[in-house]
Amino acid sequence: MERMAYRLTAPHPAGGTRRQAIVGVVASGNLEVLVERALPPDVCSVEVATSVRGFGPVWEAVVADFVARRAAGGLRIAINDSGARPDTVTLRLAQAVRLICAEEP
Amino acid sequence: MTAAGRIPAERLSWYEATARQRLGALVDPGTFVEIIGPEERETSPHLGIFDLPAQFDDGMIVGRAAIGGRAILIAAQEGRFMGGAFGEVHGAKLTGLLRAARMSRRDVVVLFDTGGVRLQEANAGELAIAEIIRALVGARSVGAQVIGLIGGRAGCYGGGGVIAGCCSTLIASEHGRIGVSGPDVIETNMGVEEFDARDRALIWRTMGGKHRYLIGGADLFVDDRPAAFREATLAALGRGGSLGLDTLVAEQARLERRLARFSDETDAIEVWAALGIGNAEAIPELATREFLLAAAGHRESADEAR
Amino acid sequence: MKPAEILRSLFPGGCDLTADGGLMAGHGPLPGAGRIHVLGVAEGTSLGVEEALWLARRVLEIGQARDATPILLMVDSGSQRMSRRDELLGLNEYLAHLAKALIIAELAGHRSVGLLYGHSAAGAFIATGLASSALVALPGATPTVMDLPSMARVTKLSIDFLREKAATTPIFAPGLDNLAQAGAVLEIWDPDKPLDLQLTSCLGRLSAVDERDRLGQERGGRPKAAAIAARVAKSSL
Repeated sequence: MERMAYRLTAPHPAGGTRRQAIVGVVASGNLEVLVERALPPDVCSVEVATSVRGFGPVWEAVVADFVARRAAGGLRIAINDSGARPDTVTLRLAQAVRLICAEEP
Repeated sequence: MTAAGRIPAERLSWYEATARQRLGALVDPGTFVEIIGPEERETSPHLGIFDLPAQFDDGMIVGRAAIGGRAILIAAQEGRFMGGAFGEVHGAKLTGLLRAARMSRRDVVVLFDTGGVRLQEANAGELAIAEIIRALVGARSVGAQVIGLIGGRAGCYGGGGVIAGCCSTLIASEHGRIGVSGPDVIETNMGVEEFDARDRALIWRTMGGKHRYLIGGADLFVDDRPAAFREATLAALGRGGSLGLDTLVAEQARLERRLARFSDETDAIEVWAALGIGNAEAIPELATREFLLAAAGHRESADEAR
Repeated sequence: MKPAEILRSLFPGGCDLTADGGLMAGHGPLPGAGRIHVLGVAEGTSLGVEEALWLARRVLEIGQARDATPILLMVDSGSQRMSRRDELLGLNEYLAHLAKALIIAELAGHRSVGLLYGHSAAGAFIATGLASSALVALPGATPTVMDLPSMARVTKLSIDFLREKAATTPIFAPGLDNLAQAGAVLEIWDPDKPLDLQLTSCLGRLSAVDERDRLGQERGGRPKAAAIAARVAKSSL
């Protein structure tokens, strides 16, 4: 297993009021993403636990790109990954953030 | 509560859905309160030994909810994480839920999707299953209903199949399979002549939802849709009754009768024909409505004897 | 210990047992306390639909008697019988039926002591030894969930790798010590001391509450199960 943690400045804070959201499943080629509204609005943290070693730079790039483009400020993001491709990772991150920003019923 | 993606219930396939999606589509909207949710990060302490990734809920979601306005306890297995198999934490969550059901006489709904014991934690998984069975029987003995829903990728195998056999009502879709030894296990141990694990039609005839419904191994047969599972669950919740010696005496008679009736049959089609179903070979192709019509008046039922 | 030796030590005055294939049923005297029913699976017999029904019928007869005669369930079984026929007939219901019978009989006043003296595995273990009020074992018993070679095949890991990992954790490998540490086995009896006294002592200490997860935590075999179950139970009320 490899573990990485990133703490980045987030240009835009995440909207909405939900406290947490989760998407995905830890299955081969897939990942789960848990997001919690837990940080100051200009910060985003991403913790990754992955069963596939050696892709540190790829994770770093995907995460940095995501936080730069999306309103993810204030979110603590935790990932359990089982070998998902970068585009799947980006998709799940987007799904998770969209969920936590969704209006509460 | 953790928000999880909601696909409109009409479009969701139970088989394709995740545990969270199934649970969300089954219960009354907004009523689910998760216990030991993923944010608590109670993961398996053992998967790291095998360099396997953990899942925050260890593949078992438990909590309180309402269905049709009725307060229930609910558990859902994620069949795509480690095959939905029982590990230490996964199993303990269900054990605790069932112990509470006994204390509060609250009904329980269990969304099964499991291959049985998680081998990487085999001893803990086996014990969890034993503890779940004990807690389940305890809950039923005081009148709580424990309703099992089966229709996912992993089916309901191994110790999961034994737990299912302890439930008060079982609801299965065509995709659902219920058994103890899975096709691969039988083939590996006894040879391909005994069971060809690549023969999907054989698997579904022998262990699938339709066959189980016909011989009384499942009580309600439904479409692969959350609305269908929900409707059946509501019906099951209305049943009542507690598990006691008289239920088991009736079950002994039921299981002896089944054995006497079908002991010499070598294939499900022979069993169905023996049940009196005309054109038994066509059963696997029938859509739900036609299947239920064909089954009516012929199937074995386990009412009051499970 | 061989079954005959075990029975002599449990019942020095003799006992009344009939064997039917690999199954047995009967009763023996309990010093100063009436008698105890004896049921057993012997000679590594696998548990199929017939065997489960045979045992369950006797458990239910015992359960319906208006006394509090306990049950001794002697176990040297295989696993569940692995066959197309057993699955076709719904083996899961037959095994569940036996487990339910033991537990409901206990609730009706007939506690059971499972005595594992030989082998037992998987579904057969769940329906017999693990469905008793308490499980005890004699040294040399070989309970398994799955043997290592099969585990290696299913997980696609080498046996050497599994053996290496098994040396560091009791959580998955077969064996009496591992299962005892996980909380499955209440106590391991001393074969050099009279078994009848160990049985009476055990019967006097049976708990109505399932203690196995707590034992597993105390013994270090299952660090999280008891606490997780307790938390979920409390939050569900």
